[in-house]
Amino acid sequence: MQYHTPSSFDDAVALAKDAQGVTRFLAGGTDVLVQLRADIVTPDVLIDIKKIDGVSDIAREGDGWRIGVAVTGAEMSEHDTLAKEWPGLVEAMDLIGSTQVQGRATLTGNLCNGSPAADSVPAMVAAGVTVSVTGPNGERKVAAEDIPVSPGKTSLEAGELVTAVHVPARGKSGGDAYLRFIPRTEMDIAVVGCGINLRLDGKKIVEARVSLGAVAPTVLLVEDAANAIIGTELDDAALDALAAAASAACNPINDKRGTIEFRTHVAGVLAKRAAKIAYERAEAAS
Amino acid sequence: MIHVNTKVNGDDVEFLCDPRETLLDALRDKLGLTGAKEGCGTGDCGACSVTMDGRLVCSCLVLGAEADGKEIDTVEGMAEGENLHILQEKFIEHAALQCGICTPGILVATKNLLEKHPEPTETQVRYWLAGNLCRCTGYDKIIRAVMETAADLRKAS
Repeated sequence: MQYHTPSSFDDAVALAKDAQGVTRFLAGGTDVLVQLRADIVTPDVLIDIKKIDGVSDIAREGDGWRIGVAVTGAEMSEHDTLAKEWPGLVEAMDLIGSTQVQGRATLTGNLCNGSPAADSVPAMVAAGVTVSVTGPNGERKVAAEDIPVSPGKTSLEAGELVTAVHVPARGKSGGDAYLRFIPRTEMDIAVVGCGINLRLDGKKIVEARVSLGAVAPTVLLVEDAANAIIGTELDDAALDALAAAASAACNPINDKRGTIEFRTHVAGVLAKRAAKIAYERAEAAS
Repeated sequence: MIHVNTKVNGDDVEFLCDPRETLLDALRDKLGLTGAKEGCGTGDCGACSVTMDGRLVCSCLVLGAEADGKEIDTVEGMAEGENLHILQEKFIEHAALQCGICTPGILVATKNLLEKHPEPTETQVRYWLAGNLCRCTGYDKIIRAVMETAADLRKAS
């Protein structure tokens, strides 16, 4: 295995373009190195992107944020302003793994690992996060929900990599939340996850995005669920409609973690609870 | 082979490693520091915990090559000569270990916790150590040892 530490994304792309065999990009390594050691994926070329300028920065971009691809979960949680503006996104990232994993794991890695149960991804999708992608054919910007295409697979082409995560401006009267169900309190993989981001005008919800994890081959953006609460004050009827729409969007697997029926039901329950938290946060920010 | 220059417990060290070799393997096999243990090798058990530039990590999920230019701290750096670190003393006092495999990782993790959060709640300690598995103690003695250390350190400062 060759190990490279390019100092620019251009160099990283050039290395990936010329690489023979299996290529992997290394940031936090909490998935890549597990796969390497378990002989699931044995890269011929490993490109460590942590020595590229700016990859560990959380910086303002307009009124939003630019999060570097090597920024760890711990660094996000310690960033007070980011955590205040986007508590759902930061809490979702913080739910992943242990303190040790938080010291290494990244948003970009969680997204590009392609797991339908990735905790930070529904929160990113709900928040309307986009990522910059660069590769042999130039640069493009992609919505977070368009990166995963099936379990373990992404829409990134050979030689392409994510170079930055863009979190939109929080704006007025907005709030987000992410909740997941696991059978214990820590160190587990989501059986169902739900991210909700919304904006209020007075008491009325005027914008919303609802995303579900672990209930389909990819993380879902559920427009019907968002439409169920837009224009409402999140009364009981709206919450019931939200739960019904969230459950209707589920296409889960049966496994030891949860049955189809259980996951479908819990998706609705979590959607209601997450919506209430997001609503309270939006009211508090009004 | 990759030539790595790093600092371990304050000392400049260098070693040669294969690119696939982990920091844990380098510490144990190249530098003779066998405090960090391999439990699972997949970042679940925390027995290999060390700090890298002050950040708690599983050394089984860090490549040896990634340690280049970094500062690594392991359990071997805790005691000063014959004088144990207060956490080590409290762990003995409370019998917060039996077989001892998890202990180096838990000591490194709790030292890092108390540096960042000198007044942790019990809940905070339990969450902080969620990635350090112990199959002997049932955790309660560990938690008591950590809480008492935190209280003693506050009194002393």
